[in-house]
Amino acid sequence: MVAVMGSSGSGKSTLMNILGCLDVPTSGRYLLDGIDVGGLDEHQLSLVRNRKIGFVFQSFNLVPRTSALAQVELPLAYAGVKTAERRRRAVAALELVGLADRMDHRPNELSGGQQQRVAVARALVTAPAMLLADEPTGNLDSHSTEEVLAIVDRLNASGRTVVLITHEDEVARHAKRVLRLVDGQVVEDVRQAPADGPPPALRDPAAFAAAAPHAPHAPNSSSSSRALTGGGSR
Amino acid sequence: MNPFETLRFAFGGLAANKVRSALTMLGVLIGVAAVILLLAVGNGSSQAVKDSIEKLGTNSLTISSGAGFGGGRSSSTVKPLTVADAKALADPAQAPSIQAVAPEVTTSQTALYQGTSHTVGQVVGTYPAYFEASNSKVVKGDYFSADDVLNSRKVAVIGATTATDLFGTASPIGRSVVLGGTPFTVVGELAAKGGTGFQDPDDVVIAPLTTVQNAFTGFGSLNQILVEAKSADATTPAQNEITAVLMGQHGLKDPSALDFRVSSQESLLTTQASTNKTFTVLLGAMAAISLLVGGIGITNIMLVTVTERTREIGIRKAIGAPRGVILGQFLAESTLLSLVGGGLGVAVGLIGSHFTIVGIKPVVIPESVVGAFAIAVAIGLFFGSYPANRAASLRPIEALRHE
Repeated sequence: MVAVMGSSGSGKSTLMNILGCLDVPTSGRYLLDGIDVGGLDEHQLSLVRNRKIGFVFQSFNLVPRTSALAQVELPLAYAGVKTAERRRRAVAALELVGLADRMDHRPNELSGGQQQRVAVARALVTAPAMLLADEPTGNLDSHSTEEVLAIVDRLNASGRTVVLITHEDEVARHAKRVLRLVDGQVVEDVRQAPADGPPPALRDPAAFAAAAPHAPHAPNSSSSSRALTGGGSR
Repeated sequence: MNPFETLRFAFGGLAANKVRSALTMLGVLIGVAAVILLLAVGNGSSQAVKDSIEKLGTNSLTISSGAGFGGGRSSSTVKPLTVADAKALADPAQAPSIQAVAPEVTTSQTALYQGTSHTVGQVVGTYPAYFEASNSKVVKGDYFSADDVLNSRKVAVIGATTATDLFGTASPIGRSVVLGGTPFTVVGELAAKGGTGFQDPDDVVIAPLTTVQNAFTGFGSLNQILVEAKSADATTPAQNEITAVLMGQHGLKDPSALDFRVSSQESLLTTQASTNKTFTVLLGAMAAISLLVGGIGITNIMLVTVTERTREIGIRKAIGAPRGVILGQFLAESTLLSLVGGGLGVAVGLIGSHFTIVGIKPVVIPESVVGAFAIAVAIGLFFGSYPANRAASLRPIEALRHE
């Protein structure tokens, strides 16, 4: 779990768009799960987005007028999964985010936290290589934020790669590694927990809760400066 | 994405804006219904012309005296048609395509019956062959016979209008009518033909040729000769034979300067039929334009929909919808609009064609139904492809940023 931090205009969103294969870098290479994304055409990119990446957006970005279940089935439908299999996996994903009783609700019938949890379920239903969350808690109250982050922690503990883009320290302290961006440059790279093993919140829940609300800055910060467009960002 | 799901998404998209979708469909509906209905009206009116040709007898030819239009021959050189001409035409050796010949003299007389007076539009003196050649059938009584003609008997067959005017609802058979001072015994009443032209074809008295010549016209020239060809296909050879025979009879050498005219009922009515065709084409063109406008309506609405749903398109692309799926979804929506609109248009057109429109009973052309429907669907595909393409080629980040 990596958190990318930085004030607005620092290049977070650009990084996110490149990581998410929504945009292509002007120069440099981006290897996603061993694939050089730069050389792919539009159709292949859509396949990569479908198979390798799960998006969670700040503004939820659910498809309007579509029930939670259909919402979560959608990426599987685009991937060409059979109806029965699709249904099974979508239900499992919704259960994982604790929305088993909200499957037939439409986005306008769900609270912000519930909508974001549907979005998380939709992102992980395809079992992507990477879950890409762009300020997932930006529009949520603190309670919903806790719920969503708890899900993300559990996902990461079960081995899913998560990239969190945020400007809140409260969110960033859930990550094992924190990158700080200023003007498109990585100015700080902090490891908060070893790469293999549970994320900080699950390693020692009591201490983690005690450290809230203001997460301390890790003292052993090894700042390194790398050009954004030049480096492999995984 | 199977086709069924694409269709379900399309339904969802259309249902989201019911009024807008309904109005767009209305455009297509009106277009399709207009094509079907207007072509049916045009077809109905040419059908009416065709029916009246059949009523007058498709096999019959009329020979009248005088040069053709602009013939330029003075009246002194025109030899009138005579009974001898008719007899020459009746010779099967000279004119094998001719079935029957009926010389005709016509006059107008006032008929009297028990104080009721009626001016008969046409008093025709002729042979019994006239009835078949002119497609006149009796409903009451009988035709007069060749024997009646030979003996100049004062018998008459009267038309439906004449019968109603003189006798009302009573049967005219066996009654005596005074026609221009001469008493005639009515032997038959003709079936009503129903008039489409200027003159009422049912206001007629038909009597033996000799009797009418005796009483009114004298034994001079004939007004015309009615000829019945062996079949509808034989009218052209019959026409040539008539020309040959009469040129011999009248001692003419130059086929471009004839003193008689041969016209078929069909040729009289082809002019009317071609007018009708122009009329139908014009109506069809108008309807086609309204269908086109309906199609443009689809484009317009789909463009609005695409703009409105840019964000949704962005989301779908971000979660991996390939270009083809987005294209398919919007195409399915526009095609569905035109399909449902077209289907309803066919229904409205077919229902509308059961009513009489401006005095014409519409006759639906099956091809126009299939054609209009197919064109409507094709228009949906064609006019929907531009907005759908636009949706499909949106870049996901731009679409996602769209508010």
